[in-house]
Amino acid sequence: MGMTMTQKILAKHAGLAAVEAGELIEAKLDLVLGNDITAPIAITELEKAGLEKVFDPSKIVLVMDHFMPNKDIESAQLCKQCRGFAGKHAIAHFFDVGEMGVEHALLPERGMVGPGEVVIGADSHTCTYGALGAFSTGVGSTDMACGMASGKLWFKVPPAIKFHLTGKPAKWVGGKDVILSIIGQIGVDGALYKSMEFTGEGLQNLTVEDRLCMANMAIEAGGKNGIFEVDDVTRAYLKDRRAKPYEVYTADADAEYDAVYEIDLSTIQPVVALPHLPANVVPAAEADDRAIDQVVIGSCTNGRIEDMRAAAGVLRGRRVKKGVRCIIVPATQAVYRQAMDEGLFTVFLDAGCAISTPTCGPCMGGHMGILAEGERCVSTTNRNFVGRMGHLTSEIILAGPAVAAASAVLGRVGVPGELS
Amino acid sequence: MITEGKAFKYGDNVDTDVIIPARYLNTFDPGALAEHCMEDIDPSFTGSVRPGDIIVAGNNFGCGSSREHAPLAIKACGVPCVIAGTFARIFYRNAINMGLSIIECPEAAAGISAGDQVAVDLEKGIIQNNTTGKTYATKPFPLFLRRIIDAGGLLNAIREDIL
Repeated sequence: MGMTMTQKILAKHAGLAAVEAGELIEAKLDLVLGNDITAPIAITELEKAGLEKVFDPSKIVLVMDHFMPNKDIESAQLCKQCRGFAGKHAIAHFFDVGEMGVEHALLPERGMVGPGEVVIGADSHTCTYGALGAFSTGVGSTDMACGMASGKLWFKVPPAIKFHLTGKPAKWVGGKDVILSIIGQIGVDGALYKSMEFTGEGLQNLTVEDRLCMANMAIEAGGKNGIFEVDDVTRAYLKDRRAKPYEVYTADADAEYDAVYEIDLSTIQPVVALPHLPANVVPAAEADDRAIDQVVIGSCTNGRIEDMRAAAGVLRGRRVKKGVRCIIVPATQAVYRQAMDEGLFTVFLDAGCAISTPTCGPCMGGHMGILAEGERCVSTTNRNFVGRMGHLTSEIILAGPAVAAASAVLGRVGVPGELS
Repeated sequence: MITEGKAFKYGDNVDTDVIIPARYLNTFDPGALAEHCMEDIDPSFTGSVRPGDIIVAGNNFGCGSSREHAPLAIKACGVPCVIAGTFARIFYRNAINMGLSIIECPEAAAGISAGDQVAVDLEKGIIQNNTTGKTYATKPFPLFLRRIIDAGGLLNAIREDIL
């Protein structure tokens, strides 16, 4: 029986000729990631267990991004602990204020992940790197600790769902609209324990940014990982970023899938996910016209340069509606600089937006954009759970950057086509 | 080990943001986390939960963030076991790694009501609803996972391998 892309990568890293769904294996890790919330637990656990050495300091990445720049004394202590650990173990890939970015935007941008690799991260959106043809998945702090100590981790080989993409997305439709449409179709546990494999001739019409956004939200369908077939678009993205050679895996023709979905990208509309689940997806043009209080454009889902350009494309020459707070969060220092160099900051400032230093802050209700009682926010982030961005009665509507920017101008959920 | 207590019942897709909201993640002290456990789905939970009580929920329990603070907070409340129809995969791993027992049993998840007295034999995987008299048998953990739990968590198991 043939193997899927994910199964081939796992087999290779487990030193096996073949694996099948359901099999328990131990795989070698190419990269272990943690952040300022999850790494401190891992570090404390490691030290408590008396494990004083890490398997390979060059394969550990620590990104201080969630409560950064530190929002209070407690979060400052957590970062201090990470800083001390990174110094003690000579971990070169330690990213602090001034260098850091939202981790899942930062690692691909820096060429730290390549196709065919196995990556774990103590952050659920670690599945993002599947966009580059890697097997990457989110784990907890204890798994991270074990990964740092041993360079290995046990996995249950997942079955897969195949998404065969054709066609070309329309104007103002991006990766966010595609993945939200898919989650709306299969549900928040539609891919539970499974890998979501993306293939087909439609791939050529999706940029790496689109793919990173889609793979990022595999977890919102319950998926273990999302993975894209490597093509010329991937290779072009990696060309100037990744010096290290990489191995490309494609699924066997007779690989088994639990389900196969045909997705014609040309039929996807701009969509939003209404509160309080990412699967509550409706066309953005058909959402209700209730007023919104805040718009957030950023995060590991949509904080990349293409997202900044899409938002600026809508906001150019327009003003954010009075009473709406629009917060733009470029995901990394490089995105920040590029947006500034391209003149996008002028567009945002003229429109009445606030521009933030890179941080995960508002997405998980950490800081930099908390919602009050009953407030409604259109956000390019990935979760709209109850209380996620602030007060228990506040509401989050998930959208791509173009819809979010249009909504900021309209003061309600809307699409760019509505703007005069 | 047999544990017995009152059931707290919830629906599908209980996410880790409601189990322990991110606004409290500036610490990982179990006691501090326990004070806010389930706060955004059931504000009365921390005031009424007693050691030995269990959580019963529908499908996809623990979806969302990978925060290990979620099973940690539940365990710190004295809850020895969560029964659900299905678990989100990261929560599933985290619970095992932290030594919180979890049982996937759609029948028990559907058949147990809030407030029922429930006894669970964690080794045999048997759930007994003492209020209704119904019993549910589930598959116990495979050997390699039992080894992790018996060692007191994944780190201790690894330590035995490395040292």
